[in-house]
Amino acid sequence: MKLEPITGRYGAFQSQNRTFRLYYEEAGQGIPLLCLHTAGSDGRQYRAVLNDPAITKNYRVITFDMPWHGKSSPPAGWQNEDYRLTTGSYTGMIMDFIRALGLERPVVMGCSIGGRIVLDLALKHARELRALIGLQTGAYVERYYDAAWLDHPEVHGGRACGAVAYGLMSPLSPEKERWETVWHYMQGGPGVFTGDLYFYQVEGDIRSRIGEIDTSVCPLYLLTGEYDYSASPRDTEAAAARIKGAKMTVMKGLGHFPMSENPEAFLGYLRPLLEEIRKR
Amino acid sequence: MIEGLAQLVNRDPAIVRWGRRMNQTFMVAVGDTQFLLTVRDGQLQVEKGPFTQRSWSFAIRAQPEAWEKFWQKTPAPGWHDLFGLLRRGEVAFEGDQRVLMAYLMYVKLVLAAPRNL
Repeated sequence: MKLEPITGRYGAFQSQNRTFRLYYEEAGQGIPLLCLHTAGSDGRQYRAVLNDPAITKNYRVITFDMPWHGKSSPPAGWQNEDYRLTTGSYTGMIMDFIRALGLERPVVMGCSIGGRIVLDLALKHARELRALIGLQTGAYVERYYDAAWLDHPEVHGGRACGAVAYGLMSPLSPEKERWETVWHYMQGGPGVFTGDLYFYQVEGDIRSRIGEIDTSVCPLYLLTGEYDYSASPRDTEAAAARIKGAKMTVMKGLGHFPMSENPEAFLGYLRPLLEEIRKR
Repeated sequence: MIEGLAQLVNRDPAIVRWGRRMNQTFMVAVGDTQFLLTVRDGQLQVEKGPFTQRSWSFAIRAQPEAWEKFWQKTPAPGWHDLFGLLRRGEVAFEGDQRVLMAYLMYVKLVLAAPRNL
């Protein structure tokens, strides 16, 4: 067995006045780079970034599974409540994690819901962060399907969530990586994807505030795969047009999960960007 | 395209396995032309309309131009998935959404199969 340089750890994590058993992974040394996974998935999506020596020689790459996701547990009492992500709980969790690990001015990169929340981080925590990278960023996405079907006793959640995620990827991305991305979605707990989509499709409308983002304090990069129809290049353009200094790139041939559906192509975009951030 | 779908699907075990528990009839409309797709344990049978008093669990309707873009070997962005068409307003899902969502992967793979012709 050939070992990867990634190590994983569990810890008791405090956020929102609750304690969660949290799982995170890391690899490399240098500038902290915190990676945020998409709705209903987990940190495995960033496997290729954590395994890339060109990045880990200068960056300490870290990704945590959000509570309820991946190997992180839901809190005690989860059986009595509906899981719902909100702008406040999401930003709070990210900043609590940064403090818990003592990360000094990290770069934060998030995809989809993570690509949205970097806009909120830019508004509220710019001085504590070195740079922000939004993948598949939209300031808001109108609901075009009913996410309640992804959490229904008569619909297999894993199969339905997997089928939704499948379509968001590019037909040009490699089969193996696409189906692994689907597998992550199929492993989500009941109602977790839907609970994340509450932030993405309902509560987390950030459109009215993005004009206040100051990229001179914390640079903001927006990278969007051209095949994404959930956070499409048009959605990202609409956001970027209102944020002075935001740098936008359309990633050719990629879809909604660039880091996991086509890692090689994605790294081709990410490496030079991280070099630019490092040399600032 | 739809007429040849049964042969295309039934010879592909990688598609059939996703519909192995499916026993349903659903409608696909290409403009005004209706097709009924009956699934028995993942095996597909296709009938072309018009129909008189036939039942179906859900229907997927789009214009011929939309299906043509959807069936390109490499579809353009946004035309590559049923939910992509949904966001564009190019497709309508009617009837029992529970059945559609329960078998969504199979339905997606079946309707995308003509791309491999």
